[in-house]
Amino acid sequence: MTRVFIPADAGARAVGAEEVARAVAAEAAARGLALDIVRTGSRGLYWLEPLVEVETPAGRLGYGPLAPDEIPGLFAAGFLEGRPHARSVGFVEEIPFLACQRRITFARCGMTDPLSLADYRAHGGLKGLSRARSLGPAATVEEVARSGLRGRGGAGFPTGIKWRTAAAAPGERKFIVCNADEGDSGTYSDRMIMEGDPFALIEGMAIAALAVGARQGYVYIRSEYPQAIAILQRALAIARAEKLLSTGSFDIEIRVGAGAYVCGEETSLLESLEGKRGEVRAKPPLPAHKGLFGCPTVINNLITLASIPPILADGGEAYAALGFGRSRGTIPIQLTGNVRHGGLVEVPFGVTLGALVEEIGGGTASGRPVRAVQVGGPLGAYFPPALFDTPFEYESFAERAGLIGHGGIVVFDDRVDMARQARFAMEFCAHESCGKCTPCRIGSERGMAVIDRILAGVEPAKNLALLRELCETMRYGSLCALGGFTPYPVESALDHFGEDFSRAPQKSVAA
Amino acid sequence: MDKEPEERTDRIAAIARAHRETEGPALVVLRAVQEEFGFVPREAVPVIAEALNITRAELHGVLSFYHDLRQAPSGRHVLKLCRAEACQSMGAAALAEAALARHGLAWGETTADGALTIEPVYCLGLCSCSPSALFDDEPVGRLDAARLDRLIEGAAP
Ligand SMILES: Cc1cc2nc3c(=O)[nH]c(=O)nc-3n(C[C@H](O)[C@H](O)[C@H](O)COP(=O)(O)O)c2cc1C
Ligand code: SF4
Ligand code: FES
Repeated sequence: MTRVFIPADAGARAVGAEEVARAVAAEAAARGLALDIVRTGSRGLYWLEPLVEVETPAGRLGYGPLAPDEIPGLFAAGFLEGRPHARSVGFVEEIPFLACQRRITFARCGMTDPLSLADYRAHGGLKGLSRARSLGPAATVEEVARSGLRGRGGAGFPTGIKWRTAAAAPGERKFIVCNADEGDSGTYSDRMIMEGDPFALIEGMAIAALAVGARQGYVYIRSEYPQAIAILQRALAIARAEKLLSTGSFDIEIRVGAGAYVCGEETSLLESLEGKRGEVRAKPPLPAHKGLFGCPTVINNLITLASIPPILADGGEAYAALGFGRSRGTIPIQLTGNVRHGGLVEVPFGVTLGALVEEIGGGTASGRPVRAVQVGGPLGAYFPPALFDTPFEYESFAERAGLIGHGGIVVFDDRVDMARQARFAMEFCAHESCGKCTPCRIGSERGMAVIDRILAGVEPAKNLALLRELCETMRYGSLCALGGFTPYPVESALDHFGEDFSRAPQKSVAA
Repeated sequence: MDKEPEERTDRIAAIARAHRETEGPALVVLRAVQEEFGFVPREAVPVIAEALNITRAELHGVLSFYHDLRQAPSGRHVLKLCRAEACQSMGAAALAEAALARHGLAWGETTADGALTIEPVYCLGLCSCSPSALFDDEPVGRLDAARLDRLIEGAAP
């Protein structure tokens, strides 16, 4: 039976994948054709979604982006035999956007049925866990350390060291917590794995549990991801039924967040898991010593955990062989916003920002010049094209007063008003502050007011100096990176796009 | 939805009791109550606090911290419009302004006929298909004013 692949990923659904899937099923039925329609995750080529793929002896051919009313014509053109159609994109794996990538963490995403354990096994799944079982806990931790893997949640802390600390911490009960709060704007790689390859996360958590001696895991997922929650829930049930997980040795529970950005910060997340207000805890103690319910806890980003199975399967050295400087392995980058080819790009660290935006991303969607890109979420800096030679990796971004965060890149064309973006950064901080530190809670409110005054032309020189001072106070007086890093987008807007702050009074904030 | 208060109180107590085995249950229970009633009714706080053996103040602190938790019912349909950066880059601000004006709403408000609530949200993970929204939990992307109008008008009243 011919196999046809249609994503059920939320990003594909958002642009009509459900309607397309229904139209394909209806047209096949009308023609009396028996089709095997496999609902997959997304390949991450979002500008082509809804993308329908058909299996042919030579490989998988793609058609997209498709609208439901194009489906009868697609059948008439003979797409089931791989014949051309106006929406043909050729062999999906040969599309330059995908062909230039090195997919390790995302190797299966968009290829397989996310809820088929047979598919998962057939495509390399569970090899990592079985190798970890034969290596034992200590050697498993060392394999992760050898890979050079650093946390993909944003801070880039070495995962091997975190695991070593938790493994060595005394305690009857230990926990593995997956941070799937994914609050950074311009990011969705966690969501794609939950929807497209959920067993990879489950396997990664099982390996982490084995490595540090934990029997309970939690996945904390933001409530904005209803589809991901549902798919991971079903994957967990399958994993339990198939004895991948078994209550007693290791089990995983899903907890759903409640719309607070700060709950992505690890200690706030732990408070939230304990059922409390998501207020940030002072460190020390580190979660690896005293985390959830006071017990040693490994808290890792979802992508960190989903990268563990291939590292165990193929060895830490193979992973460490890729990368740039102290940033080893690959990083799933998300090209978003006003970009022609938006989607997921997994590449070894070190590709330049310009190659990502201009070459792989193809410039803006609007066709206008790129003016700014924000890298690393709402706390990340805005970079102008003059800095496009920056290699995408932790240290190079830090050297240029930026960060890579969770790998999100948001592209803006030349119509962007950077003073307004700076004001939004302050507004977001005020909206999401947990309230514990004055510089974050009050400083961000004042920041908005000061930018408003600058834009209204009120004592601009004095207010610009005040804004710089406020940034300093927030940077040094905040307990966590929400207050501490909000200066990145604000100061980078001032440094690289200062002209946008001196257009007053012709320009109003609300414009 | 239209249960009598006593009946509602009993049901809330039952939900709370059902989570007594859960570690750190307060947020889970509040979410479950909201799931059932569409919001967290005022009378829920003492009932849950007693069942979980925490103070009312503590529970109220949790209830007021999280943007998702509602203390009043929403409209029959909820539109969560993304206001974050990737959507901004594709014109989300103008789209939102127009949608709010068209329905005569400010952020978080519900239309007089109780049909629609429009809420802000900061990223839905649909940033390569922006501007985007969640309409009654269904993701929608590549939005423009016409598509948004069709979506709202096409929904059951
Ligand atoms: C305000 C704030 C929000 C954060 N949001 C997230 C998030 O959504 N997801 C995430 O994995 N890490 C987030 N982090 C980073 C976490 O605190 C933590 O570093 C991470 O979960 C550790 O996992 P990793 O070592 O695997 O990256 C956030 C940090 C801050 C300060
Ligand atoms: S910086 Fe802001 S969010 Fe972070 S702990 Fe302080 S008040 Fe809370
Ligand atoms: S910024 Fe709007 S969906 Fe991510």
